[in-house]
Amino acid sequence: MGRFNKTGKRGVPALNTASLPDLIFTLLFFFMIVTNMRDSEPKVDITLPEATQLEKLERKTPVTFIYVGKPSETFRDELGDETRIQLNDAYADLADIPGYMTAEREAMSDENRQQAVVSLKVDQDTPMGIVADIKEALRQADALNVHYVAQKRK
Amino acid sequence: MRRNVPEINSSSTADIAFLLLTFFLITTSMGSDYGLARRLPELPAPDQPTETAKLKERNVLRLALDETDRLTCNDEPISLEELRSRAKTFIDEREDAPDEHLILLHCHRETSYKAYIAVQNELAAAYNELRDRLARARWKKSYAALDAEQQAAVREVYPQRISESTTPTEGGEW
Repeated sequence: MGRFNKTGKRGVPALNTASLPDLIFTLLFFFMIVTNMRDSEPKVDITLPEATQLEKLERKTPVTFIYVGKPSETFRDELGDETRIQLNDAYADLADIPGYMTAEREAMSDENRQQAVVSLKVDQDTPMGIVADIKEALRQADALNVHYVAQKRK
Repeated sequence: MRRNVPEINSSSTADIAFLLLTFFLITTSMGSDYGLARRLPELPAPDQPTETAKLKERNVLRLALDETDRLTCNDEPISLEELRSRAKTFIDEREDAPDEHLILLHCHRETSYKAYIAVQNELAAAYNELRDRLARARWKKSYAALDAEQQAAVREVYPQRISESTTPTEGGEW
């Protein structure tokens, strides 16, 4: 009994952080699996319309994004309040769409061209005139697979 | 002489992991990319006259959305819920001659996109419910659980025939 000594430990041992990297790796793998690489940032504010019969957009096929809405905060001073069209990552005019789409489609292989989809993310208050014009421009470029993006109605 | 080779100090693995995590957080998006898939009609070749198929008036369901987002069906105003059941009855009555029915949706240029999507949603719901019902009757499974061939067969009985048009502006070509 004389060998046991109480003067040794006074404080509480520090937390063992040897497994912290493992936790972080778990989070990392989660994000790698659940997300997809973002191609473009919408420069317009969009409130998606609601719908119930939704299908998922396959990200494997080549997708062109068209965003339509009013410019977001940072661009509002330059561009004002009118509804604008954004093609992939830059503002565009209606007249640019057929040329842009034709160029994109030429660059694809035949198989991809058949499956190529245009994803239309349009703000819910946009007047249909603009959307109809865009659809007409897409028809001219032979880009016929269209996906109207919407959110699930609760 | 030191026999014990000291281990590599792995205290910075966590930092590397944080860096990678931050990279992925910034460059990716969780992507809300659910929506309604549609196929636009092809443009007629310049030398072909635009075909206007002769359809009997009773085989055409005329839907119209005006600039205040009011929906009318064959010139009588209806609501969205009624639209779904009306469309279902219309399509169902013609299941023996699926290529002869047509749903025409006409929008005003000032109609809001929200109303347009709501109508498209109801039409898609009508088709999906009919297709599902047929799938269950024939194969006891829901439409989504069928394989590609069976789905194609169901689609043949209830093809989606929706044609859209928009009021042209003054001096517009179409």
